[in-house]
Amino acid sequence: MKAIRILVRNVRDGFKSVGRNLSLSIASISCITITLLIVAIALVVASNVENITKAFKEDFTIVAFIDNSIAKEQAAQIKTSIEGIGNVESVTLVDKKEVANEMKDTSDELASIIDSWSDEENPLYDTLQIKVKDSEKISKTAKDIKDIAGVVTVKYGQGIVEELLTVFKVIEKAMIVAMIALVLVTLFLIGNTIKITIFSRKREIEIMRLVGASNFSIKQPFVIEGFCLGALGSLIPIAVTLYGYTALYKHFNGHFFSPFVKLVPSEPFVYLVALILLALGVIVGMFGSYRAVRKYLKI
Amino acid sequence: MEFIKFKDVDKTYKNGVNAVYDMNLSIKKGDFVFIIGASGSGKSTMIKMLYREERPSNGEIILGGINVAKVKNSKVYKLRRKIGIVFQDFKLLPKLTVYENVAFALEIYGLPTHEVRKKVLKALDLVGLKSKTKSYPSQLSGGEQQRVAIARAIVNSPKLLICDEPTGNLDPDTSWEVMQVIKKINDLGTTIVMATHDREMVDRMKKRVIYLEDGRLVKDYEKGTYVNESN
Repeated sequence: MKAIRILVRNVRDGFKSVGRNLSLSIASISCITITLLIVAIALVVASNVENITKAFKEDFTIVAFIDNSIAKEQAAQIKTSIEGIGNVESVTLVDKKEVANEMKDTSDELASIIDSWSDEENPLYDTLQIKVKDSEKISKTAKDIKDIAGVVTVKYGQGIVEELLTVFKVIEKAMIVAMIALVLVTLFLIGNTIKITIFSRKREIEIMRLVGASNFSIKQPFVIEGFCLGALGSLIPIAVTLYGYTALYKHFNGHFFSPFVKLVPSEPFVYLVALILLALGVIVGMFGSYRAVRKYLKI
Repeated sequence: MEFIKFKDVDKTYKNGVNAVYDMNLSIKKGDFVFIIGASGSGKSTMIKMLYREERPSNGEIILGGINVAKVKNSKVYKLRRKIGIVFQDFKLLPKLTVYENVAFALEIYGLPTHEVRKKVLKALDLVGLKSKTKSYPSQLSGGEQQRVAIARAIVNSPKLLICDEPTGNLDPDTSWEVMQVIKKINDLGTTIVMATHDREMVDRMKKRVIYLEDGRLVKDYEKGTYVNESN
């Protein structure tokens, strides 16, 4: 009962202090707001870049051509054995008639030539279009496919794919480093502003100690105050994310200029970002307060 | 009955300054004791050791059966709850009302609100400020502010009230008023230990006087006055 009464009073005092020290509270809250806004933008950009690279990687396809001299049943067998390779996601068989039809669509000259072939004369190959699970291992998978008897050639954009993969890797690493740096800067900035807020109340802490408040009961209202500051500071960034990104997504119809550059769908993405922002604000607020008060307590 | 006992107490600060030497002293329950001496004579150090803001370098300070020197930092609050402290600069929180300032000292114990209210009003009544509960410290005179501080110090009915130059910032008339309040508290049974510079006050009160000089206890008068030592 006693503990609950103390807790209730500390919660009350924590909230009251935000209003009582209004100017410093506003300073803290705006600092948190600005840093969290930057974090929100970074999160949105990073997630979209990741989404785009992922979409690119999913589009990587291996094309295997099957020897024309072998029978249809054997082609099916080759398909099954390719499907047996660990890294293979799916295999589609496109026979040479379909390939010819596809080629006819590309130009009239080609169409007239191709039309002159009979089915037996068609020099094209039956092809297998293979999607892989892990694009990093695409060259190894291509090699495995090439080793299967009856496969003539294997193509997967050798050279370009490797280069793209390297670029993506660099982008991913840079994103991770940037995010970590940003979160650290946020922690530091918010922590420091809250420190200043509390340092200005050294006297209050001193008096609390003199009248016999335990270290725990001194810390509690300040930590609750830090919680309030963090929560209030994350309101605007959360609103900007929720409404801003949703509006952006709708405005661009889910694509960023080109249909290949797909944006992350706004739901549930925005809620996740909002949650991260709130958690970041609240945790840093509480932890910052806790550390600042500790400085004034003899422990 | 012995309430406070200083036994061979020395205090050397970290910077090498010797503040108190070889102090032996005993104070009875219900006593009213003045500690006087020039600035730097060790008054404040002595008082700070009593409420465990400082630890003695050597010796024992027994307060109501507890060796204050041995109280851990994390347990100091338990000691502070048994004593009241009044300072020269009042140490009131400017953003709290008179009532809140006094209630503050009780709320941290988790007392129910109706009991807090009862005790706060009783303490404010004792110092004659029951009508000012809703005022803020800045709206009060110096003497009134000090009376609020006294109310806060005694609201928990401590056995000991420590005063560190409580009248240092007040004019003589106001000082006398504040002193009457403290005397009233003493008459109700609370032991008072007061460091002061106020010569006139000590003369008028005719209470026990402990005179410090360069960190040593040089004179101890049962019903002494400041006049005695200055001769």
